[in-house]
Amino acid sequence: MATRTVTIASSVGLHARPASLFVQAAGESGLDIEIGRPGEEAVDATSILGVMALGAKHGEEVVLTAEGEGADEALDALVTLLSRDLDAE
Amino acid sequence: MSNSTQNPRGIGVSPGAAVGPVVQVRAHVRPPEHEPAAADPVAEHARIKEVFESVARTLEERAAGADETAQQILTATALIARDKGLAKGVLKELNAGKGPTRAVTDAVGTYAAQFEALGGYFAERVTDLKDVRNRVVARLLGQEDPGVPEFHVPSVIVAHDLAPAETATLNPTLVRAIITEAGGRTSHTAILAAQMGIPAVVQLVGARDIPAGTIVAVDGDSGEVTIDPSPAYQQELVGKRERRRTALAGSSGPGRTADGYPVKLLANIGGVEDAQSAAAQDVEGVGLFRTEFVFLSRDTAPTLEEQTDIYTKVFQPFGSRRVVVRTLDAGADKPLAFADLGPEENPALGKRGLRLSALRPELLDTQLEALSKAAKATSAEVKVMAPMVATAEEAAWFARRVRENGLPSVGVMIEVPGAAMAARHVMAEVDFGSLGTNDLAQYTMAADRMEGALSDLLDPWQPAVLAVIGAACEGAKVAGKPMGVCGEAGGDPLLALVLAGLGVNSLSMAPSKVGIVRYALGLHTMAVCQGMATAALDARTATDAHDAVLALAHEDLAALL
Repeated sequence: MATRTVTIASSVGLHARPASLFVQAAGESGLDIEIGRPGEEAVDATSILGVMALGAKHGEEVVLTAEGEGADEALDALVTLLSRDLDAE
Repeated sequence: MSNSTQNPRGIGVSPGAAVGPVVQVRAHVRPPEHEPAAADPVAEHARIKEVFESVARTLEERAAGADETAQQILTATALIARDKGLAKGVLKELNAGKGPTRAVTDAVGTYAAQFEALGGYFAERVTDLKDVRNRVVARLLGQEDPGVPEFHVPSVIVAHDLAPAETATLNPTLVRAIITEAGGRTSHTAILAAQMGIPAVVQLVGARDIPAGTIVAVDGDSGEVTIDPSPAYQQELVGKRERRRTALAGSSGPGRTADGYPVKLLANIGGVEDAQSAAAQDVEGVGLFRTEFVFLSRDTAPTLEEQTDIYTKVFQPFGSRRVVVRTLDAGADKPLAFADLGPEENPALGKRGLRLSALRPELLDTQLEALSKAAKATSAEVKVMAPMVATAEEAAWFARRVRENGLPSVGVMIEVPGAAMAARHVMAEVDFGSLGTNDLAQYTMAADRMEGALSDLLDPWQPAVLAVIGAACEGAKVAGKPMGVCGEAGGDPLLALVLAGLGVNSLSMAPSKVGIVRYALGLHTMAVCQGMATAALDARTATDAHDAVLALAHEDLAALL
């Protein structure tokens, strides 16, 4: 199982446009990916409602996990995505 | 004027005339009562998931043809329709013995409740959730999607009332006119239509019964809607539109009466885009810059830097022209995630406007500092005014804070009748006043602005409302301070003359209304305006007041109304 920890760079946190982009990217990988706060229950990273309800704010750390072939590459791509201020772009 | 006497008449809220086929915005359908449980929840779930998928595809198709803002909303809404968590929730409800539409409604309801509890941005997404729900429920029942159907020829949009989310997806080049059965003079539809320069009529009884595709003629001035208009009437309307265009093309520049009394013509704006479009037009500046958009739908208060940046972008396009800024006008009806003072029994009479600023002064101080910085960074003549001021003490409190921030000109909105009656004391504390006629009518007549059925009471032609406006002008004169108007009343060309006669020396309105008001002023002397004011104040009813003033109006203006 691949795991990454990343800090949310988006100034509005992980909702609005950033959440949409993240969920779309997670869905495109075709893998089972989860996102959650460290030590807390994770949600399906391809569920926009789940991700939004997580309410991850700017500067907060989240943990991504994935299984299967290409999990590392998929997570690296998502980490890059979350490390950018998606709302400002 | 028209070719038939039985034409339905609503209230014209955005001027102009248009003819086109009707597009009916469909109301949403509710789950049937006593819906039987799904016989085979798993099979039913598969069917429902297909419907969700078909809704997602529809939304994506619409996103492809929409502008950027609408595209983002629609793409995010499509993601909601494909949400796995939501699909699981539906299965859970089906297994609990619910019928398909009830299961969908309740599964969406669970998320909606969560998001509403989170407030701010999340609460707004509830609209998107409900949009998905409404489409899925309609399709499960074999009906067409609710909301605005897709259309490709310029049309007249007819709705019970238009939700902000629905108007966001309307393509302005395809909308000839808007008609609603509900709504009022100051409803979202009315303000938006005037902003876009699209003729609009609200409060039209039976509007929803006009079959889709029927050709209608809409007169956004008189409020008259003609079904299957004769070619002669269509020509008359087109003629009126042309006369208006010709008349308006011949007048430009600052507002003046025929004998040269200046009455400044200003624009109402609510954001950076508004500022850019208004600045490009023939207006003398901004009489009302609503700053709410900077604060609403946010989890935290906007920072000094963010605000300075936004205000600078708003001021810049106006060069050295005037921009009157209204400080944050929020409260129980327009709640802020970061300054929630809890629910109130009567939000319109509660801790809103300046009252909220008094309870959370740090919000106001940051806003004033940002305004001061933006004013220094640009050459606009920036003036700042407070909403919902009731007393001279409140005016003095606000004025001190504004001046401490180095802003040279401070004013108050006069929208509370108490402040109007005590205007000479209130106005003595500040540099200018601005009558918010929408709220002033609401409070004078004790009629909720949001209540479409009370539209008659909210008519700014009500002699009592005019009397309160007159008292405020009188007080301002005693204090030696200028008084303007920034409510919808200022955009009515006849009423604008009355207001000028009452002593108002600036009028702020949707930019699309400035032309006709400038033209009206230029045809009448101050003495005639004063005569109109007297006639309106002497009238017994709102209709009498309007008719009395119309009788005194120049025939060239009357021909355009």
